[in-house]
Amino acid sequence: MAESTLTAEGSRRAQVPVGSRGRARGLSDRAVLLLFITPTLVLLLAINIFPLIWNIVLSFTNYRANQPGREIKWIGLRNYERLLGSEDIWGYLQVTAHFVCWSIFFQVLIGFSLAWLLNRQFRGHAFWTTVIVLPMMLSPAVVGTFWTYLFQPQSGIFNYIVNFFIDAGDFSMIGDVALAPWTIVIVDTWMWTPFVMLICLAGLRSIPEYIYEAAEVDGASPWRQFWTITVPMVLPFLMLAVLFRAIENFKMFDMVVELTSGGPGSTTELASINLKREAFESWKTGYSAAFATILFVTVFGAANIYVKFLNQVKKR
Amino acid sequence: MSGTSDAHSIVEPGPTSRRVASVVVIVYALVSMVPLAWIVMTGFKSPDTAIAYPPEVVFEPTLEGYVNLFTDRTRQTPEYMADLPPPETWYDELVRSRNMVITGPSRFFGRYKNSLIIGFGSTFLAVFLGTLAAYAFSRFRVPLKDDLLFFILSTRMFPPIAVAVPIYLMYRALGLSDSHFGMIILYTAVNLSLSVWLLKGFVDEIPREYEEAAMIDGYTRLQAFWKVVLPQMSAGIAATAIFCLIFAWNEYAFALLLTSGNAQTAPPFIPIIIGEGGLDWPAVAAGTTLFMLPVVIFTVILRRHLLRGITFGAVRR
Repeated sequence: MAESTLTAEGSRRAQVPVGSRGRARGLSDRAVLLLFITPTLVLLLAINIFPLIWNIVLSFTNYRANQPGREIKWIGLRNYERLLGSEDIWGYLQVTAHFVCWSIFFQVLIGFSLAWLLNRQFRGHAFWTTVIVLPMMLSPAVVGTFWTYLFQPQSGIFNYIVNFFIDAGDFSMIGDVALAPWTIVIVDTWMWTPFVMLICLAGLRSIPEYIYEAAEVDGASPWRQFWTITVPMVLPFLMLAVLFRAIENFKMFDMVVELTSGGPGSTTELASINLKREAFESWKTGYSAAFATILFVTVFGAANIYVKFLNQVKKR
Repeated sequence: MSGTSDAHSIVEPGPTSRRVASVVVIVYALVSMVPLAWIVMTGFKSPDTAIAYPPEVVFEPTLEGYVNLFTDRTRQTPEYMADLPPPETWYDELVRSRNMVITGPSRFFGRYKNSLIIGFGSTFLAVFLGTLAAYAFSRFRVPLKDDLLFFILSTRMFPPIAVAVPIYLMYRALGLSDSHFGMIILYTAVNLSLSVWLLKGFVDEIPREYEEAAMIDGYTRLQAFWKVVLPQMSAGIAATAIFCLIFAWNEYAFALLLTSGNAQTAPPFIPIIIGEGGLDWPAVAAGTTLFMLPVVIFTVILRRHLLRGITFGAVRR
């Protein structure tokens, strides 16, 4: 049976109070506990939390990492003012929103449909599931690279196939201002539809058969069964899949950098790509730190609200 | 959506609905495999056939892409070529047919080796630390347990670029820039959230009565962990290790920003394999194929644990 938990639950059942069983022989349970979790927490503090705090501190300065000798000045909220007042930033966020929303839309649509079909358990369904899953396990950067080859306007197989079906003439998926934002959606959908599919499949399999049997006895039509049983029961799973995809795509960097590197113009310049430019090409460290802080707070806040909402849906 | 025949319930789909479902799914699977198949094929093309239009499905296979991937070459004059002694190996001959000579092995070896060292090193550490932490979180009453676990998970929400700047500064100060050790530590930290959450799920499934019985028989807590719990966890540990390995293997952003040569892994290197007049597509395709191969094999091995891995243990089957 599938079980979906986002917060740590289920382990509360039988917890041994520390010390009660730590007998005279060997290390006490408290010592074992400290020995076992300290290294993990220390490493996470050093590599994740310390940089994050440092990042926030830097965001109030005019520091530039390529000029270590320069005097560092506190400039208060000036970086944040400049960021929020800049029209470019809203442009990058719009590009990001377009990418996140449309890629998730297609992945949910296709992923759910595939899961629904796979749940029919036809012969060989396990084999085909494994085949379908392959793209999502690959390196996003390498995926971005080889899709640029498939999208080559002169020789790419993508253009050839499109022209085989409809007479589209010469076009460039990567070089065209109108097409490029959809190009990154297409590749992301190709890569991550299996992710949504797998999670939906788990949702579909978690529905006990007797519910359908009862509905059948009551004379509910398949259409009605689909909307009153299948969809609501799969919804928590689907929402979980959307959460994962939204966080990942909001952070998206590697695949799109290799595919379009933000171009043409800045039509595919996602927030992370712009952040990398400001931080590692313009070396505006303080400014980019402020941008990074805003992005992180956005993801973290949105994810927290969403999880609360998800837990409510699950309870119903 | 629900076009099942009336004679059957959804519980038991009828033969027609099954057949339709299988056809649609197989068509999707085949279409989604076209890009991968095309890349594997391109690895066996010559640079000219790789950019031919219309694309050539049937072609004479050559290992030129693989030879170009693994060697550095220079172009020479016909006179120079004529003076050379006869080629010693098949790849010498292949390169000379293009008026070039091999000057040495390419940097791909080093990058692939770095991927292996950093991948396996960080996987070992992440699984080692993760197993200990997962056991502690599963078995002991830890103050603020839920908050700590959520904190561990939330480290995965940071955009890598957002922490890259301070990590870059930190590594520069500590002399860890472009070092294997620095990358291993970094990937370990990134993978720990996955490893702790996944492994905790696996420990939770082992009845604690086993260890308690062992401890009544005189084992210490550590002995019980080592001799009773660990063997039971082995399948879970293996699955977690493969997930960590695939992540470290595929990672790009940190590798791009924090390494330049010495410790650079394959993903930032593959896209910049240059031939004459632009990217050497067969060599890029060959590199991509060799790079993807282990992941494909591991995915097949992992298939039963996939769902658990990609959701950090939130969905189990």
